[in-house]
Amino acid sequence: MTSFVSRVASGEHSDPAKSNWTAALRTRLGRTVPAGQLLPDRQPAYVSSWIYVFGVLTLAALLVVLASGAVLALGGATWWHTSSTGHFVNSLHLWSVELFFAFMVIHLWGKFFMAAWRGRRALTWMTGVVAFLGSIGTAFTGYLSQSNFDSQWIGSQAKDGLNAVGIGAWFNVLDPGQMLMWHIALLPAAVGVLVVLHIVLVRRHGVVPPIDADAPHDGPSHDDPGSAS
Amino acid sequence: MTATTTRRRRTPDAHTFPTRPYDLVKEFVVALIVVAVLTTVLAAVFSSPDEKSITLSDWAKKAPNDVVATAAGELAGTTTSAGYGPPYNNAATGQALGPIALQKWAGVRIPVDSAQDLVITPLRAVEGDAALAGAVSTWSSAAGDQQTKWATAYANALTAAPDGNPAAVKPSAGFGPVPVLAAKFLQLARAGGLEGALDASGNFYKGDATRGLLLLSDGAYLEDQARARNLGGDQWGMMNETGNYPGQPWMWLYTFWYQVKPFSTSDNADAQVWALMMVLTLGLILVPFIPGVRSIPRWVPVHRLIWRNYYRHQT
Repeated sequence: MTSFVSRVASGEHSDPAKSNWTAALRTRLGRTVPAGQLLPDRQPAYVSSWIYVFGVLTLAALLVVLASGAVLALGGATWWHTSSTGHFVNSLHLWSVELFFAFMVIHLWGKFFMAAWRGRRALTWMTGVVAFLGSIGTAFTGYLSQSNFDSQWIGSQAKDGLNAVGIGAWFNVLDPGQMLMWHIALLPAAVGVLVVLHIVLVRRHGVVPPIDADAPHDGPSHDDPGSAS
Repeated sequence: MTATTTRRRRTPDAHTFPTRPYDLVKEFVVALIVVAVLTTVLAAVFSSPDEKSITLSDWAKKAPNDVVATAAGELAGTTTSAGYGPPYNNAATGQALGPIALQKWAGVRIPVDSAQDLVITPLRAVEGDAALAGAVSTWSSAAGDQQTKWATAYANALTAAPDGNPAAVKPSAGFGPVPVLAAKFLQLARAGGLEGALDASGNFYKGDATRGLLLLSDGAYLEDQARARNLGGDQWGMMNETGNYPGQPWMWLYTFWYQVKPFSTSDNADAQVWALMMVLTLGLILVPFIPGVRSIPRWVPVHRLIWRNYYRHQT
């Protein structure tokens, strides 16, 4: 009987691409973003506009949102009502959220007018839109978690909209405990995953070329599922 | 358009274009510093709003007549929560979109009996008050029809009284124990014991404010305070925030529909606006696949500004 050690030593193994889940995942990840494109140090020459900055600004603002939210979480749900330091951290959280949305909306409109879904980039657009929607939900639950007058009023108003379509039966905006969980755990996790996926897709396909641009030299081109016609 | 309109256009691969040096990491770090500094400056200059929540004690002290009227309304079954429908009770079917009654389909998952849960149960927990105990006992032993008659008669008398002042209501046997219940309810609220009696439900910890907020919303005081701060539904509602703060401007499209007909006058406005927003949201997600909409960027030459260097060199 052949021992395990001798089988390993002899190199006896099946095709990793077929039987080894780890190798298959590695191969799949390697294909998702071409080598050198995850963090390239060069970009196509047409990438030359201030509008490109707003994607990065959105990401930077998201980090400030997460960081300020994490400090708020350290102090607890009511800390910012009783501490001037906590109130300042809450102010950082509020204004980073305002900046985050401002940058994200400009980024979204910029990408719309660039028709950035061209060249197999439809999924990039879709993940971006869903991340935007998830961000709205996250901010909304934040307003419900403030445990102040704004929360009371926003909750009492929002319940009618959510109840009207049957959502309020499970997503109770009058329950600040439940809303806080959505705000600090469930929705940020979902938005985080979507943002990572969005960035991976951006790196995978590269920045969309100008509308009606011709390839400067021979190279691959893609059928365009989202082109104008 | 050109001949290219007759066939699917092809978008060249980004990697086939000439490149230039670009430092993504440096750009991100600079952006992070800029955003952090900008956030700090905005926070230092403008702070953030934190208007204290309205306690039921505040309500009782500042609008006692409203508390008494609300208590009578809960007992009469005439308040918003009493006649709400799902998910709180079966008093109504709720809103619907034609034959689609999602509110009804969702069922009663957060059961609230407004008279019992919002008024009688908190009063029953008060000890050492014989008059109250007697009133609660009289109320509880009466038939439902009788309870409604008493409470409705008292609620109507309050409505007819100047400023809804209970002191101006002439005593009547037709009110049954309701005036005592309402007066004791006001007393309990004023003393600050109502929140715990409503939402703690025997649990030391509180996290769910459903009953307290339903009760507060049934009165006029909360909405009066909100309207004074331009937060009413016909004032763009939850998009705003107390004080001079930006609030949630990203919700403008949602709050917009409530300002225009037919939504502004519809009994099913919430369901209709939600349905419309779901359609629009789906449309935004599927923009790449919607003929006409996906061509707007080609018709509106904003892209020629964005890529002006590229197009200049092309011409």
